[in-house]
Amino acid sequence: MDVLYFAWVRERIGLPKETVETSAVTVAELIEELKAREERYAAAFADLSALRVALDQELAEFDAPLEGVREVAFFPPMTGG
Amino acid sequence: MRVLVQQEPFDFGSEVEAFATGAGGAGAVVTFTGVVREADSGAMAVMEIEHYPGMTEKALEKIASEAITRWDLTDALVIHRHGRLVPGDQIMMVATAARHRVAAFEAAEYLMDYLKSRAPFWKKEILQNGAEDWVAAKSADEDALRRW
Repeated sequence: MDVLYFAWVRERIGLPKETVETSAVTVAELIEELKAREERYAAAFADLSALRVALDQELAEFDAPLEGVREVAFFPPMTGG
Repeated sequence: MRVLVQQEPFDFGSEVEAFATGAGGAGAVVTFTGVVREADSGAMAVMEIEHYPGMTEKALEKIASEAITRWDLTDALVIHRHGRLVPGDQIMMVATAARHRVAAFEAAEYLMDYLKSRAPFWKKEILQNGAEDWVAAKSADEDALRRW
């Protein structure tokens, strides 16, 4: 699946998008996999209260299932307007 | 309903004129424009607005559709810019048209409250001394959603 990062999450991880092969069942499991990869991921995902997730461009919860999902995006709380 | 996500400036006057002319049967048109202000922390050179192409349009369309249904609007318009802006630039505008003014005002506030916290935009302030800072979401903005 494609994993996208925006704003400071993108800056901290150092890339806007990557393709990830994963067997994670939920968003939370995917986050644990990413955190185990490298320090920059661990830093970006250190405080989940400062993060939001979207699955196929719809806001979702961290315990949401990943089955059938093609695009996961992580970003800070939005600041539009 | 019209939702536009764009880098280039918009012409507020002609957008409002066209919207008001096209809003058939409306007795009230309310508009709001957001303008880039100076940073709280000092002299700002640039405000950079990042967004999530695809999700942004979907989120704005959903918010606008909900406003139209809930307040029985005759029309709604949302324009939001992204990219590099400077203080004084217009960032975004909303317009609502309804038979009566209370609905038009309320719907415009609803649109603003939701697109602040539920549309995937992120603002970064770049100060004149080169310092950069992502604008943090305010808990007051999240609280504002509860009244709806």
